Amino acid sequence: MNTLIIISVLPIIILYLGLYKAKKALLPVTIIGLLTALGFACAQWGNEPAPTFSGMLQFNNFSIAFSALTIVSTILILLLSKDYFERISDHVAEYYAVILFSLAGVIVMLSYHNLTMLFIGIEIMSVSLYILAGIKKNDFASNEAALKYFLMGAFSTGFLLFGIALIYGASGSFDLTDIRNWILMNPRHIDPLFYTGILLMIVGLCFKIGAAPFHFWTPDVYEGSPTLITAFMSTVVKTAGIAAFLRLFSTCFNPISSFWVPTLLIITMLTLFIGNITALYQQSFKRMLAFSSISHAGYLLFAIVALNSSSANAVLTYATAYSIASIIAFGVLILVRQQAGTDNFTAFDGLAKKNPFLAFTLTVAMLSLAGIPLTAGFIGKFFMFSGALSQYQVALVIIAVINAIISIYYYFRVIVAMYFNAAEPAEVAVPPYYTFVLGFSALATIVIGVYPVLVSGLI
Amino acid sequence: MESLLNGIKVVPLNHYIILCAIIFSIGVIGVLTRRNAIVIFMSVELMLNSVNLLLTVFSAYRGDATGQVFVFFIMALAAAEVAVGLAIIVMVYRNTNSLDINVLNRLKW
Repeated sequence: MNTLIIISVLPIIILYLGLYKAKKALLPVTIIGLLTALGFACAQWGNEPAPTFSGMLQFNNFSIAFSALTIVSTILILLLSKDYFERISDHVAEYYAVILFSLAGVIVMLSYHNLTMLFIGIEIMSVSLYILAGIKKNDFASNEAALKYFLMGAFSTGFLLFGIALIYGASGSFDLTDIRNWILMNPRHIDPLFYTGILLMIVGLCFKIGAAPFHFWTPDVYEGSPTLITAFMSTVVKTAGIAAFLRLFSTCFNPISSFWVPTLLIITMLTLFIGNITALYQQSFKRMLAFSSISHAGYLLFAIVALNSSSANAVLTYATAYSIASIIAFGVLILVRQQAGTDNFTAFDGLAKKNPFLAFTLTVAMLSLAGIPLTAGFIGKFFMFSGALSQYQVALVIIAVINAIISIYYYFRVIVAMYFNAAEPAEVAVPPYYTFVLGFSALATIVIGVYPVLVSGLI
Repeated sequence: MESLLNGIKVVPLNHYIILCAIIFSIGVIGVLTRRNAIVIFMSVELMLNSVNLLLTVFSAYRGDATGQVFVFFIMALAAAEVAVGLAIIVMVYRNTNSLDINVLNRLKW
């Protein structure tokens, strides 16, 4: 609870710092504030409190674990932002403030206990992101990304809301426990309105996490937005979306899983194939990462299709692995792009000769995203697949393994370009902040890969 | 208030649901077929307002105020979205001198 309050007040302090031109203080204050919020979140670990604020929010271990993950990802991304925003505009404080407001929405999404809060959390997060996608005001790609994201985001909110309204009409409540009790009380006489409501909510949430067939905005928005914001979208926002999805379905709609599992099964398979096969054709590294994020949304949906007691853990492990690997990938991309001026794979040619450290961390990230053993990504995939197998979803696992093999091709393209393609690029200057973030993330990827107990037994 | 609720209940609940579904569908079709960013935006607002109507009706029929409170949240957040959305549309218009979303095709594979 204190976490949410700190993260909501922090951006206002940042705005005041911006007003008084204290530019040097922005990043330290933000990081210290986020670390305090993280500390308060961890202090509440273990006690499972009743819903607070008249049943609106519930800060249980699930929300604390995911809050910690999103806060740490945000800190890492903000460290990469050193000198990044300054190149866009003089008014830097606003960017930090809007990112933090977005994070406040994320925390609400992770701890809601009432559909009202789900809607408010998603909206706080999305409205901030519409702004962030368009911060390069004179860049056409950034404009286009902002407009597309805005129109598609508002459109999907409409579906989500209509679903919520129908569920309210059928069950008479927005509270997750009340809805669940209503389902358990009337197992035979569930209103068709309720089923329609669930389907519409699936549509709305799939839009938010970028699952096929509602993924079409993802590549354009990810490619057009400034790279740092893309990193935020594909890690923090995706984690929050899938966690909100999981919380809704595991606490609320679990008793009628026979109704929605087939729908989600089809969505998952489509997402895997569309994400992976389209990623094969990309020439731009950034766009490839966008499609790979679609395919990872597919793997994350596994946990919801095969809902059991360990689903939350599987999602946490997978989201951790995916987030830190993506942060490395986008961090290296920012540096390489500054040097080469392009997002294409060719920009990575011969990177290993002059910058062995960058090449090594990016290799670790790509291996983790592809799911090679001894990296965090393998552990994440292992938990997802074993969860699905325990629910006898054998066909789904076979398809997922095929897709994992396809994905190796496009992840290894970067590694091949860095180590084997002949080119003599100039050395890329690596600022110390980047060294820290990339080194930390690569280390975390390997450590989690070797000792998965660190995250796998948390929730 | 009582007479107002009775007034709402003169029309059967199903009629309201069908009306809201129709308004919502008009909004969805508008988003999918129109090419002007402002008109798309208006269609989205139509979708949100059909939800508002639906929530109000359910709330009146159930004698439960939470549905109407939700409507306030939707209105407030829709207003916030309008503020940001119109700013984005103005930004795009300044750069492209057009509001046709077909102009926005630089990001393609």
